[in-house]
Amino acid sequence: MKFGKLLLPLYGILALIYLMVPIAYTIMFSFNDSKRTNIIWNGFTFNNWLNVCDAQGVCQAFANSIIIATVSTVVATVLGTAIAIALVRYKFKGRAATTLLLFLPMATPEVVLGAGLAAQFLNAGMPKGMLTVILAHVMFCISFVVVTVRARVAGLDPKLEEAGRDLYANPSQVWWKVTFPLLLPGIVAGALLAFALSFDDFIITNFNRGPVDTLPSFIYTAASRGIPAEANVLASAVFILAIAGVVTAQVGGAIRRKRLGIVA
Amino acid sequence: MAIGAFSHGPTGTAVSAESQKKSRVAWFLLLPGIVYLLLFFLTPLFSLVLTSFKTAPPAAFIGEYVYAFRWENYVEVLGMYGEHSLRSFTYAAIATLIALAIGYPLAYFIGVRLRPYPLWQSLALVLVIAPFFISFLLRTVAWKQLLADQGWIVGTMKAFAILPPDAHITGTSISVIFGLAYNFIPFMTLPLYTSIERLDLRLIEASNDLYANSLTTFRKVTVPLTLPGIVSGTLLTFIPAAGDYVNASANFLGSTQTSMIGNVIESNFLVLQNYPHAASMSLLLMGAILILVSAYVFKSGTDDLL
Repeated sequence: MKFGKLLLPLYGILALIYLMVPIAYTIMFSFNDSKRTNIIWNGFTFNNWLNVCDAQGVCQAFANSIIIATVSTVVATVLGTAIAIALVRYKFKGRAATTLLLFLPMATPEVVLGAGLAAQFLNAGMPKGMLTVILAHVMFCISFVVVTVRARVAGLDPKLEEAGRDLYANPSQVWWKVTFPLLLPGIVAGALLAFALSFDDFIITNFNRGPVDTLPSFIYTAASRGIPAEANVLASAVFILAIAGVVTAQVGGAIRRKRLGIVA
Repeated sequence: MAIGAFSHGPTGTAVSAESQKKSRVAWFLLLPGIVYLLLFFLTPLFSLVLTSFKTAPPAAFIGEYVYAFRWENYVEVLGMYGEHSLRSFTYAAIATLIALAIGYPLAYFIGVRLRPYPLWQSLALVLVIAPFFISFLLRTVAWKQLLADQGWIVGTMKAFAILPPDAHITGTSISVIFGLAYNFIPFMTLPLYTSIERLDLRLIEASNDLYANSLTTFRKVTVPLTLPGIVSGTLLTFIPAAGDYVNASANFLGSTQTSMIGNVIESNFLVLQNYPHAASMSLLLMGAILILVSAYVFKSGTDDLL
């Protein structure tokens, strides 16, 4: 029994370590003093971090990824939040069809989404580039934003908005002073998810990017001749920033709850 | 709102005017997003259908096709790529089972054992989603190099005679399945965690009090209660795994012998420019997945996935 009780934590911790192995490897090899290919460990250096744009095309690809992810996130978050509010708060005809239309993009393999859009752009004679990638990213991000924000809308007490109206707030004041601040954590979570999905997407992007490189497509193309350590640097930097942000938010939340005496 | 109120006339009840207004607001909120999805999700599927029946005109350039009703495209891809299809579904199914075997205990550990320690629980969750924050392609390349013939993992396994001296891991089915399982474990673990976190432990106690052993309790209490998580986790793993083409590509964990449907669609579309074959293959993949998913969801009896 004693041993049985330890078995699960051991398994869980091993699984977490297993998840971390390639991440640690990627970060470690961002410090590799590599020459042409970043496969064999040649010794520690900060050079890749200090001269990150030295590898040809890597910074341009990174900048493209940031632009695409930012624009896609903003558009998908606005469209998705509006849908989430409508789904929870309003009765309307065609709810089942709407839910299906939102579910299907998540249940469709990315190759099919990518090939479908590429076929459409081809049939329409639309040249592939940054715009086609953004159009594609917004499409697959909307459903994920809806799912994330919807949970928050469902947990929102309508009495709070009623109270706002009773205190003579007009609809726009109710939205900006009551509803929006309460929904904000859900909206932020949805936006972060959309950003992460867009930033790391390769499969759909590859069908619709034309000559434009994103960081994932740069890595994919470079994989045949050797990925420069600078790609590891950029990916590691994003990772470290994201993890630092998430951990700060979690720990901060825990401290705040403790101070307020809320037992979660 | 005013028009809605007047159209009902003076006898129109306040309730119906109110619901009319509500449905107008609803459509105002829904319409932009819905139109977007119709234009960039649904219409592309119709584009695929149209493209899948296209034919090459006589003396065509590469990539030049005209609208036709060439249903033979479907017969041709089934004949040419039957093996790839079988491989895709087999790899995806095995990878899903492995991800479940790793993800379920992990989610149980975080959701139940770490329940008394909220901070540790949220930090463990951060580790589960951590792979999302670093490039999927770089993680896969990392495994390729870790599992390479000259790497220490294969070296150690050969030294202990777990592997024969001339064995390879990268480029085989094993490494592709391994990569698929690894890459989709977070997609498996998160929905499992959401279900397991809500598990009422008193029900497990009750089962133990009624003399069920731990296996029976797990089978009759824990699994049924966490079934929604199992269903969405397996779907979120199986669907992207079946359509993936990164892990199986020769520059990553696969070789030409491990090509999956995704690789076929990619090379037909982007390299060979055989759009009709790429389109018919995509639609066959989507059809097969929709049938499998509906059968699975129907059988497991959970229909509230969204």
